[in-house]
Amino acid sequence: MDDFYRELIIDRYKNPIYKGELDPHNFSYEDENPLCGDHIRIDLNIDKNNLITNAAFSGHGCAISQASADLLLETIIGKNIDEVKAISKDTILELLGIELGPVRLKCALLSLKVLKAGIYGIGEIEEDLADL
Amino acid sequence: MGLDVKKIKSDFPILAREIRNGIPLVYLDSAATSQKPQVVIDAMTKYYQFSNANIHRGVHTLAEEATGMYEDVRKKVANFINAKSEKEIIYTRNTTESINLVAQTWGKTNLEEGDIIVLTEMEHHSNLVPWQMLAAEKHLNLEFVTVTDDGLLNLQVYKELLEKSPKLVSFTHMSNVLGTINPVKEMINLAHQAGALTMIDGAQSVPHFPVDVRDLDADFYAFSAHKMLGPTGFGILYGKEKLLDAMPPFMGGGDMIKKVLLRSFKPNDLPHKFEAGTPAIAEAVGLGAAIDYLQALGMDNIALHEHELTNYAFQKLSEIENLIIFGKNNNRGGVIAFELGIIHPHDVAQILDRHGIAIRAGHHCAMPLHEKFGIPATSRASFYLYNSYEDVDRLVEGINIASDLFG
Repeated sequence: MDDFYRELIIDRYKNPIYKGELDPHNFSYEDENPLCGDHIRIDLNIDKNNLITNAAFSGHGCAISQASADLLLETIIGKNIDEVKAISKDTILELLGIELGPVRLKCALLSLKVLKAGIYGIGEIEEDLADL
Repeated sequence: MGLDVKKIKSDFPILAREIRNGIPLVYLDSAATSQKPQVVIDAMTKYYQFSNANIHRGVHTLAEEATGMYEDVRKKVANFINAKSEKEIIYTRNTTESINLVAQTWGKTNLEEGDIIVLTEMEHHSNLVPWQMLAAEKHLNLEFVTVTDDGLLNLQVYKELLEKSPKLVSFTHMSNVLGTINPVKEMINLAHQAGALTMIDGAQSVPHFPVDVRDLDADFYAFSAHKMLGPTGFGILYGKEKLLDAMPPFMGGGDMIKKVLLRSFKPNDLPHKFEAGTPAIAEAVGLGAAIDYLQALGMDNIALHEHELTNYAFQKLSEIENLIIFGKNNNRGGVIAFELGIIHPHDVAQILDRHGIAIRAGHHCAMPLHEKFGIPATSRASFYLYNSYEDVDRLVEGINIASDLFG
């Protein structure tokens, strides 16, 4: 067995739990890694207490980027926005359980980048949006 | 004559290295850049050890030696592609700069609003963006020859576009993704009949098979040293003398002038008119050594070896389940881009790397072509004179390992 492509990573790539789009959702943000064309969109439902109640991601990319997105969403469901803001690169690497070079690190961190760019961008969630 | 690949491999020190303990390198990324034989490395080292000086205008021995070495390479390059004279060989940094030079000098001077430039869908970004920039500035129209499902240029579309009287046609001799070798001679002939000039991107052709610019009747032809066993940072623009002569200079500075006053200058004669500033002298010397090496083996022999090796690889790869090769035609050079089931090209490349096999994954600087085929990226293996049948077998083994891992 390949120690890089751990079973967890292959499994989450082939059978992601959080892949898809949320309908309805009150948060959506997307971005891509221009180096490889990997593209990720993240949909969230955030309640009025700033708690993430549900999450899904869509797009395409390598096993590392897709598996890390799936694992990231698993981690943030049930957390509030401040807790999500505190998630770091190390959290992702811990979830993946592998060492990454600088190129593949970008793949692994794409979903976190999308999530953070989105969350810092929206600031406080509007009351009416939070009721969705 | 068949190539003695074992002997050739031993000429390239890097090919003897291991990627990890006990895992030797299989280098299948020569379309990106080729490896360098010891003779090229030695030629550049020796230049720095014994002859280093700035060229032209120097009176001392070193300057004369350096100038001689630098200019001898120009003759070698002219001879290699059968240019009429070394005045037609302009030194640049790479193919990209060569194309930009034509766009910024010939293009700026000769094209007017509404003029048409014909390109193709299989171009590398280096033969798209310079024309897009020029088109935006001068309000030109870009038209594109389409690519068929088999990865060939649609010559019917080409002929129709020529009826619109384009001023310039610019296309690649060989696709860096599909491996397709385009019918350049026929296309140049058609362009000339329609009154258009021709610019050929030869980055993937000159290193791999004989190219005769006079036989092709190309007006401009560009290629890079680093893809033909030479150093990076050095490229060639071939242009017909009367065209180059009529073009304004590209960059301004030392060496490209005959005379400078405070408010004006008189440009130098060809080829120096286009070469401003201290150039890459050691790199020129390196290219000279690379050409000697290629010619000693014979470009026909190199082309034959790569043709047979590519056929072998094509057949072996075709047998792999879920593997799709882009561009299924016979008129191809040693480049094979493929898709492997659900496995992302970056994962394919990474798994292969873990077995010492270097291929490339991504859009290979041809995003529009990938978009056309509806995929963001492909895996690409490319071959050169130092690749063996065993290298192809190792590639196939590596791909099978990747398939099993994701199976």
